[in-house]
Amino acid sequence: MSTLRRSLLSTLACLIFGASPVWSADSFITVASTTSTEQSGLFGYLLPLFEKPSGIQVRVVALGTGQALDLARRGDADVVFVHDPAAEEKFMAEGNGVKRQEVMYNDFVLIGPKSDPAKVAGGQDISVALKKIEASKSAFVSRGDKSGTHAAELRLWKTAGLDLDASKGSWYRDTGSGMGPALNTAAAMSAYILADRGTWLNFKNRQNLAIAVEGDKRLFNQYGLILVNPAKHPHVKQAAGQQFFDWILSEAGQKAIADYKIGGEQLFFPNARR
Amino acid sequence: MHTIFPLSLTGIGFAPEGVPVLDGIDLCIEGGSRTVILGANGAGKSVLMRLMHGLLKPTAGVIQWNASQSRPHAQCMVFQRPVMLRRSALANVAYGLKLAGVPLAQRSLQARAALERVGLSHLAERPARVLSGGEQQRVALARAWALEPRILFLDEPTASLDPAASRSIEQVIVDIHGAGTSIVMTTHNLGQARRLADEIIFLHAGRIAERTPAAEFFQHPRSPEARAFLAGELP
Amino acid sequence: MRDLPDSLSTALGLVGGLDAKVLDIVALSLRVSLSAVLFSALFALPLGALLAVGNFPGRRTLTVVVNGLMGLPAVVVGLLVYLLLSRAGPLGPLGLLFTPSAMVIAQAVLVAPLLAALTRQTVDDAWREYREQLHSLGATTRQATATLLWDTRYSLFTVLLAGFGRAVAEVGAVMIVGGNIDGVTRVMTTTIALETSKGDLPLALALGLILVTLVLAINALAYVSGAWAQRRFG
Repeated sequence: MSTLRRSLLSTLACLIFGASPVWSADSFITVASTTSTEQSGLFGYLLPLFEKPSGIQVRVVALGTGQALDLARRGDADVVFVHDPAAEEKFMAEGNGVKRQEVMYNDFVLIGPKSDPAKVAGGQDISVALKKIEASKSAFVSRGDKSGTHAAELRLWKTAGLDLDASKGSWYRDTGSGMGPALNTAAAMSAYILADRGTWLNFKNRQNLAIAVEGDKRLFNQYGLILVNPAKHPHVKQAAGQQFFDWILSEAGQKAIADYKIGGEQLFFPNARR
Repeated sequence: MHTIFPLSLTGIGFAPEGVPVLDGIDLCIEGGSRTVILGANGAGKSVLMRLMHGLLKPTAGVIQWNASQSRPHAQCMVFQRPVMLRRSALANVAYGLKLAGVPLAQRSLQARAALERVGLSHLAERPARVLSGGEQQRVALARAWALEPRILFLDEPTASLDPAASRSIEQVIVDIHGAGTSIVMTTHNLGQARRLADEIIFLHAGRIAERTPAAEFFQHPRSPEARAFLAGELP
Repeated sequence: MRDLPDSLSTALGLVGGLDAKVLDIVALSLRVSLSAVLFSALFALPLGALLAVGNFPGRRTLTVVVNGLMGLPAVVVGLLVYLLLSRAGPLGPLGLLFTPSAMVIAQAVLVAPLLAALTRQTVDDAWREYREQLHSLGATTRQATATLLWDTRYSLFTVLLAGFGRAVAEVGAVMIVGGNIDGVTRVMTTTIALETSKGDLPLALALGLILVTLVLAINALAYVSGAWAQRRFG
């Protein structure tokens, strides 16, 4: 019995400690980013190009923009990579970040059912389209999750001169979910939805959805990179984070972003100022 | 030599939740004999034994052993259904010794000796739960005997066994008594009582109706209830 | 359900082709959940036994609480453990967040009530049978607890399997404390969630089929070995 007990204990120890990360503490950084960026597949393409030469593993935790910034506020990330300039500037103003840079942009597209009940397909004016959707009370799915996309959506309703609180009805479906799940819901409900082009291009469950409106300058979506402030969170990996920062903004990094394509189509447009 | 006797019960009553099971029991066990408690169903035999052994606490009265109880395992009990742990017969016997604080080295030796005394050496390594009822009861007796108790309580030890197994258990009980352990047991089997008892305590409706040397009890019971019982008129 | 045949062939392809990424994900799932159950058992099994055997004030209340905690949603457990392990939290300096260790901790917390409650019931049933004899032999509460835990080992093995099932199937806790980081903390359930949210339903279903098959296989293996042990050791 005692040999059994001993072997059980050693197996136990191996399992628990074997489940710990193999890599040493310094060779990785934690990047808080958004689900839309993750689901566009950009990271899968981009990160190995940095990790191999630098030897620094980049661990991406993908959440909504709001959640990603909150994560960084608590000190649980070294770098933030999101797309909501207003929220990012607030983050910087609070002293949570030591450096912020614009990295790349893509655009949002209005997705809708091919049956197009609000008659907006083919348009290039997002305000007009949103007004038509609201007027016709066509089903519209919102992210509702404090994400960059959600923030953009709310801005666009405001720009179109619509007071959502007043006109919200059963046609406006606030799902509180990520881009992918929200698209799934829109597909199932045959509803309109604002999505970032990256996630849309990578999305496989389109059913009867297609791009309804695109190309409006107001659909421009800017991504920013923030280095978390080590003065506030001393354990933050500043050196490694800085390396990542520098690489993304470098010619090599920016070129890599531009090279990422789905079906021959470029998703993100690098626009870092050097 | 310190002795745990006499065991004296004074004014013992047991009435769980107000329902009287035993009442006004005064009893003194001096030790040395084979005492058999008889009585009809529900007379309170099992309860009385459990009170004596300490498994139950009386609701009235005092139970007192001789103050100088030499060892904590001076008394043991064997139940109608033998409780076998999921391990070998030998390990079951050794378990009792382990609880008594016997060091590891001696446990196995003493356990084997006990199994030998009850004639089960050949089954020492067998999982106890696959043994027959009679064999399991003998393991239980070995477990008790290994502890060299001063008194052994047995609650209907052969009620679940066939006649052949019962007889072998009776022999073991006699052997244990012969080695110096006092016996207090209950049984429904009058023949067994005749064979084993030195004295009879007859319980009726929660009271002691009589306490008589065995031979006399079976020939000339003193109480009308005992007479009725022996005549088979009580359940 | 036209996705089902697609999923079946995808699943077979992934397994048959020994897709390295899928194998890594499966291995991590197993390591995390097995570790969590064993780790949790160290604490939960004795607690369950004590609740059955012990006689201390508040025992009944504690039993009710433990039973109730079985219904704790995984995502709530994840959130609580996250707050503990976050840099802003009390155990922040350990740097455990977003590692497999955090996932083990979260799942261990999640299954602990289940293990304790089922152990309590199992041991309680055995205690009824053993109580008088163990008292007669002079066993202390501690000794009785240990004896019962060993004696009910076959039933407790099933309890562990139940805990494992609960752990390996949950997604709420590991998602929050693990972060679903590619190559680091991505397990079967979080991968299924991710692929579903990307709209790749056949792949998600395929992974689901692999997960279910794996769990069934583990249970079958456990059953067979348990039956053998029982025959051999009784």
